Amino acid sequence: MKKAVLATAMAALMATPAAAEVKVGMITTLSGGGAGLGIDVRDGFMLAIKQSGRDDIEVVIEDDQRKPDIAVQLADKMVQSEKVDVLTGIIWSNLAMAVVPSVTAQGKFYLSPNAGPSPLAGKGCHQNYFNVAWQNDNLHEAAGAYANTAGYGNSFILAPNYPAGTDALTGYKRTFEGNVASEVYTQLGQTDYAAEIAQIRASGADSVFFFLPGGMGISFLKQYADSGVDLPVVGPAFSFDQGILQAVGDAALGVVNTSQWNKDIDNPVNAAFVEGFQAEYGRLPSLYASQGFDTANLLISAVEAADVSDADAFREALRAADFDSTRGDFAFGPNHHPIQTIYAREVVKEGDVFTNKIIGTALENHSDAYAAECKM
Amino acid sequence: MSAILIVEQVLNGLQFGIMLFLMAAGLTLIFGVMGLINLAHGSLYMVGAFAAAWVAGATGSFLLALAAALAAAAAAGALVEMLVIRRLYKAAHLDQVLATFALILIFSEGTRYVFGSFPLFLDIPDCLSGPVTLPGGIQYPLYRLVLIGAGILVALGLWWLTTRTRVGIQIRAGENDREMIAALGINITRLYTLVFAIGAALAGLAGALVGAIQSVQVGMGEPVLILAFVVIVIGGIGSIRGAFIGALLVGLTDTLGGIFLPELFKLFMEGGAATQTGSALAAMAVYILMGFVLIWRPSGLFGSRA
Repeated sequence: MKKAVLATAMAALMATPAAAEVKVGMITTLSGGGAGLGIDVRDGFMLAIKQSGRDDIEVVIEDDQRKPDIAVQLADKMVQSEKVDVLTGIIWSNLAMAVVPSVTAQGKFYLSPNAGPSPLAGKGCHQNYFNVAWQNDNLHEAAGAYANTAGYGNSFILAPNYPAGTDALTGYKRTFEGNVASEVYTQLGQTDYAAEIAQIRASGADSVFFFLPGGMGISFLKQYADSGVDLPVVGPAFSFDQGILQAVGDAALGVVNTSQWNKDIDNPVNAAFVEGFQAEYGRLPSLYASQGFDTANLLISAVEAADVSDADAFREALRAADFDSTRGDFAFGPNHHPIQTIYAREVVKEGDVFTNKIIGTALENHSDAYAAECKM
Repeated sequence: MSAILIVEQVLNGLQFGIMLFLMAAGLTLIFGVMGLINLAHGSLYMVGAFAAAWVAGATGSFLLALAAALAAAAAAGALVEMLVIRRLYKAAHLDQVLATFALILIFSEGTRYVFGSFPLFLDIPDCLSGPVTLPGGIQYPLYRLVLIGAGILVALGLWWLTTRTRVGIQIRAGENDREMIAALGINITRLYTLVFAIGAALAGLAGALVGAIQSVQVGMGEPVLILAFVVIVIGGIGSIRGAFIGALLVGLTDTLGGIFLPELFKLFMEGGAATQTGSALAAMAVYILMGFVLIWRPSGLFGSRA
């Protein structure tokens, strides 16, 4: 089952391989139920490396199978025998919590293309840890802000019973000014939501907020659409990314979700990214792919500005975030998490393909609630 | 908590239980007749769902999709039995677990290789979509009622097959004494392949029926498989009747536990913490049920082997 993929950037184009100056270890999920996310991050990342044309960045990719113990083993191997300078790639917060504190303590850099658990943004922040995606609460805070502008006053809120689920409901409640009709925690990996939908019907709420990433969201939306309950639904982008929308089908049409990225964000980098990704892989990119792409471009910008062996200079170069992001302007806050605008998107159908369209801004230049606790 | 909500939740629990039964029936049949622990049963559920999604996407017909799911899962089951499982009947249970676990990985990565890493689309047919109003003003999705009906039909069919047909007599005889029925001139190899294919077809049917309201993705079978094992342990390994009662018990416990336990904790705890503790306990409810059943009846409710 151990699936090791060794990808050396530019290897195909070079006659005599020069010694790579920066070695990157990517630990991500490439098999099992959550593989779609890891594959998108990897593909986005490798697209940026390829487009840069650089031959001095070597990327070693390994599959963590979504298991914390395997991620820890891979991280040890990458630090000790592969001797990587920078690690990246982890999708899930529980895996990030198992890997990031130990690798940053060993003086390696970690660039997060997805997971943003709150401890790493607050008290557990580290000078070598940079999050290029978001802090976990961000998109949920944006959903709460959107619910205010949409005039919702009484929400039924729903998430799986695990740390990111708790973060999600906390994030929504942080910005939502209305009343919470009921707060329900489901089982992680649950596939049948009939019981919760019956509770929604009986709750008297005027809106539903849910955070059910991946397959859980597909199941919920299909069952919700079939249930005859017609309250408006709002959620973070994780249940509406390009990879799963096709599996939800009509049930997702018109649903508003919040994201820091969408394919119609109007800037040249993003347009080129969407076009390049489609040309390379034959599918539309998801937000995960954009995060992988931005992570690689941040890395490239730092490699151009400083030598990775000079950790202080390299860290300053990362902190400057001097690269063109698919999201437009990009800057790090004091805890190395993005300060960014989060949009409200609506699910639409373009021809035969379900995708998202930006309909407004939910939060402008938003940081996170934990930055003040971070002492670096 | 209104009466309507409770009735609706009981229906949800029944529907969930009946789908579990389709999985558990095959599992218990295979264990009962051949003494084989088949961890790859969840993969056959996935095969059914993927076959249905693919055929529904190509033809637009849900009935054809169901037929395809049955055929694909039965074929996959028969193939696996002939190529792999056949060599394991005499092996220790641990070897069976190892080999069928390997099959899970092969099926998962094979499915990903063919269909890609992203979930597939499978929808309820138009004529079965939307809610209907039941007596008492309960709005309930029609498709879920159809699932309950289909499951009960399959249960009746299985009962008829095992108690009223020649094949059924052979299956039950095989459960009791395989040497004896072989000596009576029954082709036991073919019987085993048949039983395995029937079990696989039931799992595939469950996968296709449930796939229409859930996410058709790689690895979808494993969570169901765990519950199906709980069901057959509660019901008594090898007993179809036990699987049916066990499945309903597990379905109802899981669904109603998820509703009432958080409410119960709210009586003496603060709201957010109460829902969190309540749902954590609800996730354990079926296993606690299994524990109590095993203390009361160590071989399960309808288990024959002491």
